[in-house]
Amino acid sequence: MELTRRDAAAALAAVGATGGVAVAVRRVTDGADDGRGATDATDGDEGEAPPSEATVRGSMAAVAAVLYPSEVEGVEAFVDRFLDGRLDGSAHAEGVRTAVGELDDAARSWYDAPVAALSESERDRLLREVGADVADEDPEGTLAERVRYYVVNELLLALYASPTGGELVGLENPQGHPGGTESYRRGPR
Amino acid sequence: MSAGEPDRSPVTNADVCVVGAGPAGALVADRLAADHEVVVLDAGPRFDPADRLARQERAIRPSYDRPDVWDVGGERDAHANSGERVYPLNHARVKGVGGSTLHWQGMVMRLHEDDFNSETERGVGADWPIDYADLRPYYAAAERELGVAGASDNPYAPPREEPHPMPAFEPSYSDSLFAEACEELGIDMHSVPNARNSEAYDGRSACVGYGTCQPVCPAGAKYDATVHIERAEEQGATVIDCAAVGRLEHDADRVTAAAYATPDGEEHRQTADAFVVACGGVETPRLLLLSESDRYPDGLANSSGTVGKFFMDHLFAGVGGTLDEPTRQNHVGFYTSACDQFYDEADESVGPFKLEFFNYAGPSPVEQALTGDDWGDALLDRLRDGYGTHVAMGGLVEQLPRADSYVGLDPDRTDDRGNPVPEIHWSVGDRALRTIERANEVQRSVLEALGADIEWVAGPDATGPAYHHMGTTRMSADPDAGVVDADCRTHDLDNCWIASSAVFPTSGAMNPTLTIAALALRAADDVRERLTHTL
Ligand SMILES: Cc1cc2nc3c(=O)[nH]c(=O)nc-3n(C[C@H](O)[C@H](O)[C@H](O)COP(=O)(O)OP(=O)(O)OC[C@H]3O[C@@H](n4cnc5c(N)ncnc54)[C@H](O)[C@@H]3O)c2cc1C
Ligand code: SF4
Repeated sequence: MELTRRDAAAALAAVGATGGVAVAVRRVTDGADDGRGATDATDGDEGEAPPSEATVRGSMAAVAAVLYPSEVEGVEAFVDRFLDGRLDGSAHAEGVRTAVGELDDAARSWYDAPVAALSESERDRLLREVGADVADEDPEGTLAERVRYYVVNELLLALYASPTGGELVGLENPQGHPGGTESYRRGPR
Repeated sequence: MSAGEPDRSPVTNADVCVVGAGPAGALVADRLAADHEVVVLDAGPRFDPADRLARQERAIRPSYDRPDVWDVGGERDAHANSGERVYPLNHARVKGVGGSTLHWQGMVMRLHEDDFNSETERGVGADWPIDYADLRPYYAAAERELGVAGASDNPYAPPREEPHPMPAFEPSYSDSLFAEACEELGIDMHSVPNARNSEAYDGRSACVGYGTCQPVCPAGAKYDATVHIERAEEQGATVIDCAAVGRLEHDADRVTAAAYATPDGEEHRQTADAFVVACGGVETPRLLLLSESDRYPDGLANSSGTVGKFFMDHLFAGVGGTLDEPTRQNHVGFYTSACDQFYDEADESVGPFKLEFFNYAGPSPVEQALTGDDWGDALLDRLRDGYGTHVAMGGLVEQLPRADSYVGLDPDRTDDRGNPVPEIHWSVGDRALRTIERANEVQRSVLEALGADIEWVAGPDATGPAYHHMGTTRMSADPDAGVVDADCRTHDLDNCWIASSAVFPTSGAMNPTLTIAALALRAADDVRERLTHTL
């Protein structure tokens, strides 16, 4: 199932941009390319310095490929659009950036490469080694809890609050998505 | 005043001071603001509408509890529990401009005629000093104010003079499954009134199906009391947020000022000719108890000794399970069909109850996706297994007013302002528990006729409150038996009214807010009348 631009807009409409809702909605519906550079997942950030926006986007897309079910397509563009609204200079955006940076640091020290350069099975292992699979999300918690909050659940929320994500489960108007007042009346197809 | 902070100093020459900016206070303020100088004080903040999506995210994300969605909790909202059942007070209210309607579900029914005459008709409880007929025009006005979507297809509802302002929401797909089972059993289903726009109304959008109505509607399609606060402000009212009133200053027969503290640590006094206390069913009696004096040693307006007594809530009864076919739940966050058929069978031993057919049975896949140690295809499999075939019925039952169920002050604990916190002592009584059993019996029969595997029952042991705080400053024609008169004016003080479900002598089993709104409009008329002629 293909994730569309509409899905990203819907996911944002569901959870909102973090600090500036109006900004996010405008950016997404305009489809405006707001002048950020091309996405290059491996643009050579090293270690401690906060990762560039392009790195954050690349790493998030790489993690999403692991988290999203195999029948979903168009993951990278979807994540990119979603992050257009989420990486908005807010404290939440900073949390995402920091958590991705730390995840990349872990990837470098354990696998000698940033997240985006790992194979899918290595990314899966990395997330589990960090402890993000069993951690409860917590924006102020341990690394595992923060990766769960800012990376894993951020991406799962984006998918499953979008119409395509909902439809995968059989619910085309999932909670958080303003899908109108027709669908609750319709019977199964 | 620090930079960027709004001016929170008192208004000079105020005619009316309203304490509390929930629906009760907001409606009174709106009703009086055109011809009077009105000031509204609220303990909580003015929330930024732009944050609603972020609050919705909190509602979905597992690291936030429900009270976190609207910043409830901490020292400001500390309280004690001393009754046989724990009362989760901070799940049951919001403090701030809009009050608890920011979080509410928005189901708005009128009480039934017998609810006003419980002692006479059912042999238990206390009669109200007014009848359904007295409130009927105010109910219609309240439905217009809140914007209610409803239909006249309910044969058990009390008589009404005009249609609802908006058409009812159509029944859901799962309602159609229930309908077959109910028909087999001779149980009637009908629409249910929603304070939620089925079409654009009053400058607010129609419902767009976010499905998170409780605890936040990002679209503004669900009514909340910011609607009337804004309207009151447009007419010149002043609304001061983060202004917790700690004491009502008074002489023998009048309130003279509301003393409030602001975040900068300043203490202020708001004087006015008339005062309307609209702090909800827990903070209203608390404020009166905090305002004790030599003249009123047991609490202000408490010559009857009933302030804080007879604390009631509605109790939840429910049954849920799964079918072997899709049920299409969780598209919207409200229900569209109900059954009031058993309501007026109430007598001494079993109370009134109403039944609801859920459109949101079973887990929400989005929320489920955020917990668990799986992802990818395994997570999707789990979500598919968990979603799709759930059904459930809910219901509310009446709890009688009882002297051993009350709100008091805890002398050992103080809030962020140094005031003793409310102590909730909640006892529900056997009749309520029997009523839950009776409701469960009907619910079970419906689910069985539907062929469901029953997976859970919220019966007498697993019940909980519906977050409706009632009874704690009861209305009575007799000054020795209640706090306010039939117009919601305190017996003791000539210029003080209470707008709240705190005045309900007996509660019925219908969600209270439409009745709160009707009483608030009626009280506002009395305030206006007396301001013109006697105050
Ligand atoms: C989860 C939930 C679901 C609900 N669903 C429904 C429903 O479907 N139908 C229904 O009819 N009802 C429902 N209710 C109940 C409904 O929200 C209340 O009945 C209604 O909001 C009460 O209105 P009010 O104005 O009396 O009090 P509130 O809305 O509670 O407002 C009181 C205000 O007073 C302020 N205040 C308190 N103390 C002070 C003080 N000392 N000084 C200054 N200000 C003070 C508070 O900050 C608050 O803003 C629900 C409630 C909850 C929590
Ligand atoms: S379903 Fe609820 S939350 Fe969504 S728009 Fe309608 S009223 Fe608002």
